[in-house]
Amino acid sequence: MIEFKTFIFYMLATILVLSSLAVITAKNPVHAALSLVLAFFNAAGIWLLLQAEFLAIALVMVYVGAVMVLFLFVVMMLDINIERLRQGFWQYLPFGALVGLLLITEMSMVLGGSYFGADILSPPDAPAGYSNTKTLGRLLFTDYVYPFELASIVLLVGIVAAVMLTLRSRKDTKYMKSSEQVKVKRNDRLRIVSMPAVKEGE
Amino acid sequence: MMILSTLTLSHYLILGAILFTIGIVGVFLNRKNLIVLLMAIELMLLAVNMNFVAFSYYMNDAAGQIFVFFILTVAAAESGIGLAILVVLFRNLSSIHVDDLDQLKG
Repeated sequence: MIEFKTFIFYMLATILVLSSLAVITAKNPVHAALSLVLAFFNAAGIWLLLQAEFLAIALVMVYVGAVMVLFLFVVMMLDINIERLRQGFWQYLPFGALVGLLLITEMSMVLGGSYFGADILSPPDAPAGYSNTKTLGRLLFTDYVYPFELASIVLLVGIVAAVMLTLRSRKDTKYMKSSEQVKVKRNDRLRIVSMPAVKEGE
Repeated sequence: MMILSTLTLSHYLILGAILFTIGIVGVFLNRKNLIVLLMAIELMLLAVNMNFVAFSYYMNDAAGQIFVFFILTVAAAESGIGLAILVVLFRNLSSIHVDDLDQLKG
């Protein structure tokens, strides 16, 4: 009889594989992005089965909440000629499918056997009161604190690079330069014109 | 059927292999479409992360999950910069078709 956990795994894995196939075959990039969202949700479910609760939630929040929304923004912002982007799809399909089949057969032969110790069954369940997040946090701030800070620098450089790449100053924008406003002198703004005094009617 | 009834490490590794292959085939099929190319790269990263989490669970070692954390960080920075480059490209060329990006040919 099939275990309930196994049933859940097969269900999530099927949806995951189908939705990732939809990502690479979708005509419209918006549909591809939405299928990728579904794929990430199912991957998060599988990570929950593996008792990686923190990473599952982080995947949903970081990927679905931030990265995929960014993808959708960009896809909708650009005016894309879909037909032109898809040319060559059917031309590359036989070769791509061949390479894919080859890869999947080879990897399954290696991973499915017992060469990797891959037939080991699941370890005993975690003791009561065990917190995945607490364990990860403790590791992250003790043994891996330097990599953690490096990761924050990577993110900072990423922010600066993304802003600098997309920043553009428009010529018709009206903005104030406060430094020039402060140092302005009377003569820059005011011009005294001397005019001869004349009487009306002369 | 032992293989079908109980979950082993092989299940997760083969699922990761299938995902990685789908990502590679996606790079083949969508050679002209930079956006879907980036999405295929995300799929491959997801497959690698799946392997890390599976090994971390079955080897009872939380270090694998730390690595997934760092991979997620770098992948987020990568896709952010990639999409920014895409936007700049579209602003300059009014197109993101790969065939239009031939200014660097010798």
